[in-house]
Amino acid sequence: MTSETMYILAGVLLAALAMHRLCTARDALARILALNVLSVGIAMLMLLAGRVAGVTDAVPQAFVLTGIVVLVAVTAALLSLAERISGGDDD
Amino acid sequence: MTEAYVLALLPFLAAVGAAATPRMAAIWGLCATLINLGASILLAARILSGGDMRADLGDWPAPLGISLVADGLAAVMLSMTAIVATAVALQAMSWGLVQPRGGQQRSRLQAGFWPLWLATLGALNALFLSGDLFNIYVTFEILGLSAVGLTALTGSRNSLRAAFDYLAAGLAGSLVFLLGVALAYAAVGRVDLAAVPALVDTATGRLALGLIFAGLAVKAALFPLHFWMPAAHSSAAPAASAVLSALVVKGALYLALRITIEAGAGIEVLRIALAVLGAAGMLWGSWMALRAERLKLLVAYSTVAQIGLITLAIGVADDPSTSAMWQAAALLMLSHALAKAAMFLAVGRIAEELGHDRISGLNRTDLRPGVAEFAFAIAAVSLIGLPPTAGFIGKWLLIDGLIDRGAWVWIALLLGGTALSAAYLSRVVSRCLRGGPHVAPGARRPEWRTGDVAALGLATTALALGLGSALPLTLLNGTAL
Repeated sequence: MTSETMYILAGVLLAALAMHRLCTARDALARILALNVLSVGIAMLMLLAGRVAGVTDAVPQAFVLTGIVVLVAVTAALLSLAERISGGDDD
Repeated sequence: MTEAYVLALLPFLAAVGAAATPRMAAIWGLCATLINLGASILLAARILSGGDMRADLGDWPAPLGISLVADGLAAVMLSMTAIVATAVALQAMSWGLVQPRGGQQRSRLQAGFWPLWLATLGALNALFLSGDLFNIYVTFEILGLSAVGLTALTGSRNSLRAAFDYLAAGLAGSLVFLLGVALAYAAVGRVDLAAVPALVDTATGRLALGLIFAGLAVKAALFPLHFWMPAAHSSAAPAASAVLSALVVKGALYLALRITIEAGAGIEVLRIALAVLGAAGMLWGSWMALRAERLKLLVAYSTVAQIGLITLAIGVADDPSTSAMWQAAALLMLSHALAKAAMFLAVGRIAEELGHDRISGLNRTDLRPGVAEFAFAIAAVSLIGLPPTAGFIGKWLLIDGLIDRGAWVWIALLLGGTALSAAYLSRVVSRCLRGGPHVAPGARRPEWRTGDVAALGLATTALALGLGSALPLTLLNGTAL
């Protein structure tokens, strides 16, 4: 088994597990974590898509970087929403 | 191209201004919305006379740089957004132009509304003007975050829950979309929309297109991925609901239409999948709307059904290089945006007068039906697709094309969906037609508010657009394929 296949399998597995958890979990924190794991799995697949014949392309890495920035912002928004939902009145 | 830069930049600058000076937020919002309307009309006029325009930001051409492309389809979408934006701004004006000092519940709603709404407007404009998939991903993120803010604005427990589900679903959708974009890059080495035709030739490219459409299906609330949508659209403030239902979902639908136009005949499987899911969504949304107990929920499920109809139109359209059936989908988007925004604004006013939005409680002997009910009825006529509204022209084009092809199954589904939409909307309209013995002699009539003007204006525009549909069709005909 080559390392590339390993990466594909690991990425798909992570994404699939996270999707499963996202759909089944009721707890807000578990779903936020599932989204973060999903994004790691997808980032692995994207980085792999940028490797053609052992040469690394910078553009998919830039995509991943943008994805990480978005993920941080959305995670913050999700956490703040979750806190307000559980925290009774929103003051 | 100056208009395009104004459209893509000004709303964001105004959003920053509105966030920095909350007391003047409404003035920022009004100015930006009016300039936005002017710029979109100018852009449409220029495209009508001079054809498509494109500009490379910083003179970096594709595939490396970001290019803005303005063609007929983009102009129609931009004008649609600008018209709805004007009505929504008018409705939000009822909160007052300058905020008095002192923190009330209202002022927080208003101060939060304008920056979020302006950012939504900017994201939509940038989305319609973007010429490459990665830039579109970025606009989707801005759109998603600001739309979630609009959902959560009322601060009630229900709306916060709906906003959480919306944001979580939206993020999962955009991650899938982003993976699709990265795979598209791996397949053809570029991500501008002109690369789409090359994607259908390789296995990786087809997988990329599949992922992109899966992401779009979540964002457009296409059945069965619509689970987050009815709660989000029905628990927001009326002006926010109008924006979410009429415009925000159109972003994803627009991109689906754009990609199917670019890809041409090579994506038959994807088209069939879209048509089947669209038909299922149309029937399911209508069924749920028939059973809804609350007015806002009924209108939100009607959006599920209408998204199904538009997706069906995108799916059954023939190869765009030989047939103009795709224009039906664009017209249906336009008419749905106007009618649904009118409907949500009207529902907001009806609920305000009644003090609740239960459908069973719409008959009140001490309250005569008002302007809002009238606007709702006109919007309903357009959504059902009766002449002379824009909805009628869209369905006419669609059914006409299907008859030419002898696709009787799709025609039957479309007519079934139309009958169901007439059924669920008449649940409300029939209760608005009360009169005679149902109204007490001294019943009061609701007073005029700016919200009524906005709702009635939009509904009338949807009606007039059917008579003047030559204009959007001319714009669409000029779209280069």
